[in-house]
Amino acid sequence: MFTKKILLITSLLFIFIISNAQDIDDLMNEASNDVVNYTTATFKSTRMINGHSTETVKKKHLDFRISHRFGTVNTGISNFFGIDQSTIHLAFDYGINDRLTIGYGRSSYNKTYDLTLKYKLLQQSNGKKNMPISMTYYGSIEAFSRPFANTDRTNYFTSRLTFVNQFLIARKFNESLSLQLIPTIIHKNLTPTVFDMNDVFAIGIGGRYKLTNRMALTAEYYYAYHSKRSITEYNNPISIGIDIETGGHVFQIMLTNSSIMKEGGFIYGNDNGNIFNGDIHLGFNISRMFSFN
Amino acid sequence: MKKNILILTFFLIGYSSFSQNVYLTKHAKVDFFSSTLIEDIKAVTNDAISILKIESKEVSFGMSIKSFKFENGLMQEHFNENYMESDKFPSAKFKGTISDVTNIDFKKDGIYPVKISGSITIHGVSKDIKTKAIFTIKNGKISAKSIIKLKPEDFKIEIPSIVRGKIAKELAVNIFAEYEVYKK
Repeated sequence: MFTKKILLITSLLFIFIISNAQDIDDLMNEASNDVVNYTTATFKSTRMINGHSTETVKKKHLDFRISHRFGTVNTGISNFFGIDQSTIHLAFDYGINDRLTIGYGRSSYNKTYDLTLKYKLLQQSNGKKNMPISMTYYGSIEAFSRPFANTDRTNYFTSRLTFVNQFLIARKFNESLSLQLIPTIIHKNLTPTVFDMNDVFAIGIGGRYKLTNRMALTAEYYYAYHSKRSITEYNNPISIGIDIETGGHVFQIMLTNSSIMKEGGFIYGNDNGNIFNGDIHLGFNISRMFSFN
Repeated sequence: MKKNILILTFFLIGYSSFSQNVYLTKHAKVDFFSSTLIEDIKAVTNDAISILKIESKEVSFGMSIKSFKFENGLMQEHFNENYMESDKFPSAKFKGTISDVTNIDFKKDGIYPVKISGSITIHGVSKDIKTKAIFTIKNGKISAKSIIKLKPEDFKIEIPSIVRGKIAKELAVNIFAEYEVYKK
């Protein structure tokens, strides 16, 4: 009786040892809890549509972007529904490392030059380190170079400058759906009229939904808070688009009420069209990534 | 009491001999290489897990797809996002048997070629493969290496025609594992 009991216990112990995580699947599961699993590709491109996304340019990569916005579709057949007319923005963004990107650009809108800086502060992850969101800081200085409209007053160089500060906060909810919130402060040294504020607070919301591995639907909207005293007509920018990715290229095609491709312009909103009047622009961004690895 | 000790001794012998026949590594090296006229693509992981069970002739490998590191960060992103779909299929596995494991003398230093056959699972698709491997025994340490050739098409990894010329039809996968005695 006693021996039987011992035998039983021993054999049970033996079975226990054999079955104790000797399978590759068990070990893989164990190991997956020991590593930080970073979420990648929250968005396809560094731009949502007009504005930025949390994505930065990868280390030693140069992103050359050509962006076009045609005229408004409500100008009719005589203007070929806006195609006759276009605004252009060229940009070079370089990844110093995977977190830090610096950029330089030029817009035909007000002949504006811009310098940008983007730094990834947080990267969404799970596993050993759990981080629910990704967060990127974006800062930009824009300087318009067209002649001043009012030559009666003294115009300073600093009057040409606009400063943009944004925190891009995004979460990739699943493989297809990513959403982004963008608290923004814009400072303009020179406002359209004396009644307009130099500092404008805005909040943006954007998202993408992947239709296939290489194609996604995107949308973006910014709400900007302006002074009640302002007599300038402001329109908040709203856009929908499609991202198409092929290897090193990303094509973005969009419909938007803004022909401006810099935050100081389209978020500030004084030159945006009214969507209810049919002031809708067809546009596209082409991004070509060059690798210096 | 005597009987008890006897059983315990048997148990211990059983246990120790058993544990010596199972080997493990959590840092096996797996790399792959694709070469075309347009560009070379290579990636490596040093965190593959492998178990070697001599008694049952079993050898298995498992690795996280996201653990593969590329020199080019954009390639790494596309690898995970567009080709391997690593959110959907996070790991790759191989489970196989070494048919001629008895040819290896684990107590004697030497180089032993063996044949391995088994099933490899990548991108959620399993495929039976046969390969050759070389086991090296040196000062009681067991290491193994092998090269296998895989075609992305066999694992339903879609490659759009526009980039087809950049990715080799067949990729060479190098595997190297240095085993330790399995201890729980």
